[in-house]
Formats: sequence, C-alpha cells, structure tokens
Amino acid sequence: MKLFGITLPAMSSLILWGLLWEVVGQAELTFFVPPLSEVVRTLITIIGTPSFLSALGETAYAFGMGVFFSILIGVPTGILMGRSRLLDELLLPWVNVFLSAPLTALVPVLMVLFGFGMKSIIITTALFAIWIIILNARTGVRQINRSLVEMARSFGASPVEAFFKVYLWAALPEILGGVRIGIIRAVKGVIIGQLLISIAGFGALFELYSTNFMMAHFWAVLLVLFALAFSISEFLAYLERKVAYYAAVR
Amino acid sequence: MSQIEAFKHAQPVPDDIAVSTRNICKTYGTVEALKDMTLEFPRGQLTSLLGPSGCGKTTLLKIIAGLLPPTSGEVTVNGKPVTGPGPDRAFVFQDFALLPWATVLRNVAFGLELRGVARSEREDIAARYIREVGLSGFEQAYPHELSGGMRQRVGLARALSVDAQVLLMDEPFSAVDEQTRRKFQEDLLALVQNENKTFIFVTHSIEEAVYVSDQIAILLPRPSRVSEIIRPTGFRQKSADSIRRDPEYLDIVDDIWASLRSYVE
Repeated sequence: MKLFGITLPAMSSLILWGLLWEVVGQAELTFFVPPLSEVVRTLITIIGTPSFLSALGETAYAFGMGVFFSILIGVPTGILMGRSRLLDELLLPWVNVFLSAPLTALVPVLMVLFGFGMKSIIITTALFAIWIIILNARTGVRQINRSLVEMARSFGASPVEAFFKVYLWAALPEILGGVRIGIIRAVKGVIIGQLLISIAGFGALFELYSTNFMMAHFWAVLLVLFALAFSISEFLAYLERKVAYYAAVR
Repeated sequence: MSQIEAFKHAQPVPDDIAVSTRNICKTYGTVEALKDMTLEFPRGQLTSLLGPSGCGKTTLLKIIAGLLPPTSGEVTVNGKPVTGPGPDRAFVFQDFALLPWATVLRNVAFGLELRGVARSEREDIAARYIREVGLSGFEQAYPHELSGGMRQRVGLARALSVDAQVLLMDEPFSAVDEQTRRKFQEDLLALVQNENKTFIFVTHSIEEAVYVSDQIAILLPRPSRVSEIIRPTGFRQKSADSIRRDPEYLDIVDDIWASLRSYVE
C-alpha cells in the first residue's frame, strides 16, 4: 500500500493497531486491556518457562495430529465425493450440517465417547477442520476440466492412477485453500477442546490466567497463538499462490 | 448438391479397414444424438468427420475412443470390438488437456507413464517426439509458458509417443490462431504420409477437411446421419502449398458448402 507517496511495508496496519492498543492500555480504561508493552514484557518472561513450553508442546501435538488426520481423511473423501455421484449424495448433507453446526455443543458427546484425554482433543480439532477441507477438495475436483479426466481415461489410467496423478494435482489450489481455512478453524478447535475436555495446554493457561485476572499473561498467550496460526496460514497462502497459476490454464 | 456430383469424386473404398462403426446409436434420454451411424475408416488414411455443430461428430469420435458407450451398435478396431479406451487408439483434445503442473517432457511422456514404461525409456521416446513436432528446447517448459499452438504440439506429441495405430483428433486446431492452423494442416499432411497411422479427424471447417483428408464423411444433424462420403484424391499427391489452388479442391469445398448451407442457422 502507498501512503503520501511512501510505500508501506506489508502489514504496517498492525503497527497502527498495536499503537492504539498501547494508548488504550496506558490510559487504564479497563484492566482487561493492559498496555501492549506490558504484554510483550510478560511474554518474554513466560516464554521460556517449563509450564509454557509444555503447554505449547501439548497444544502443538493436539493441533498437529488433528490437522494431520483431517487432511488425511478430508482430502480423499472430498475428491471421492467430487468424482462419485453416489458418495456425494450420501455425504454432502452431513458435511454441510457439520460445517455450520455449533461443534462446541458436540464436545460433551465426544467426551462420553472417547474419554477425557488427548484423544478427544485431537478429535475435536479434526472435527473443526475437516468439513471445509472436504468441501474444498470436492469443489476442486468438480472444477477439473472434463477433457483432463477424459485424457487420463483415454491413455489408460486406472482409477488409482487418475486419483494420484491427475485429480489430486488438478484440485490442488482449492485443496490448499481448504486446508488453510481448516487450519484456522483447527486453532479454535484445539483451544475449545483443551478448555472443555481436560484443562491442558494453552487452554489450561487461558483458564488459569483469566480466572486469576492475569490479563497481561492472558494476552501474551493469545499473541503467541495468533502468531503461530498466522504464520501457518500465511505459509499455506504462499503455497496456494505458487500453484494458482495453473488453476487458470486447467 | 446432387448425389451424382458427389460421386464424381468418389473412389472405390480400400478394403483394408482399420476402424469401423456399425449401426451406432446414441441417445441421451429422449434426445437422439446419433442414429444408425455406419462408417469405415481405411488404414493409413485420414478420415474427417465434418458437419455443422450438433451433428454428433465429437460424440461419434468419443464413442470410437471408448470414452462414451454407444446406446447400441458396435465399434471395431482391427476387427476387435471396442469396450473402452485402449492402447490401439490415442486422443488429441480440442483444448489440449495438458497437465498444467507438469513440464512438456512429462506431459508428452504421460501416456507412456500410464502404460508403465520406465522413466528413462519414456523420456527418450518423448524427447524424440518433442523434436519431431518442433518443440526442441522447450522440454522443461510448463504449458502456461507456451502459446496455444505450441500446447497443441505437446498434445500431438503425447498422442504420437504412445504409438497407437489410430489417432483420434477432436477439432485439434480450432483453438489456435489462423496462421498456426495453416502450418498445422501442412504438418498434418506430412504426418499422415510418414506415420502410417489411421487418423480420424473431427472438424467444422470445410476447407480444413478438404485440405487434409483422404476421405470426408459429411454428417448432418436432426436426426444425425452420414449424408455422403467424399474421397478427394486428385490433388493428394500435390505439394502442400498448391492444394489450395487446385480446381478439384475448390470444387469440393463449394459442393460441400452447397449441401451444408441449409443446415446452418
């Protein structure tokens, strides 16, 4: 963006919002918002502590596993739905229901089914991420040029070969888009899981800090979470841009 | 056009038939796309399917390719009935159908890759056909870096490299510009001469069909049927650039237009 003829670096708007935060904090309008500088100082003090690191580890593990399974199951399911009318008719209503369902309300059911441990948290994370991944993979496959499908068939591709050599790649821009949104939803999922199922990871820290009104700590953890989610999502957006060129020539 | 005039260009049909379709019907619900289509395609020659849009020429080509099942009737290639796509036929697509994420080399070798040919072997073969279609130096380029004409050369090289006896071409030059198209037509003549393959060529351009074909099947719509078979032979031996001035060439173009014009809205 350009302002008064000066090219501003990317994300300079964050600086503006950070300044506003600092001003509101310094003005002591509400104790919920401590100044940004205090939050950053707190962040530096807690970031190396064992309790923070173990919380980070637990959250990263649950998040990673949840995303891993949602991609592993979601992408093939979406592709198969895009290719098979029958499967699509069977599954699409469920995908749409779960995509818009208040999944938080389902968490107690998951606890009954899968217990109070890591397993339930991972499943919650996956449930938040998987539906949009399925839906996008399905859309991607349905947009594949028909002649590309016919090309694979006419040169004798088996269904498995067509899947791995054509459909998966042809739908890649949409699949990556779905994974990116899925990952953002998974961040929500993992924290909700940790808050509701077993007080663990970052969820436990949020719980601890908010009930004790340690707002600087609370915001510090939130900042870390935001930064992590943001970098993963930006990385995927970068990958998406790298493959976007061929979405146009399919 | 009178039938007599059409037969003026007719020659006895050669008895070596590579592909034949017998009583092919194709219906979509109540719509009859093809009705009782019987045609023979002589080996080593180029047969055009020519007709106005909606006459079912692409449908027929896809049935021959095994991509569409006929509602009734039978296609045979070298006497064997067609039940699906097979290694005896290769398809050239109107919109090229290249893999956008793969290089020219991999695209050309893709047909062989699907047939399980080892990497080094298939890349050798692909490189040879890339040279043959005049794309040397572009082996590592991606389709989006090429012009439309060059992309279709990749599609052509891919179809040639699997060494199928029958080449099915679905309006292969309709998405390239006029000059490229003329060059393609000249190259196609040389290809038919040198490759000893059977070409089945769908086009809606009368001039193109007359220029490149040994045999032209004129299809008419509603109901879809073969109206006549024309075998222009008088100028086949002439050089590529004098065909367009040949009186027989011009006559056939005029005759075909006369018989088609009433079907064009």
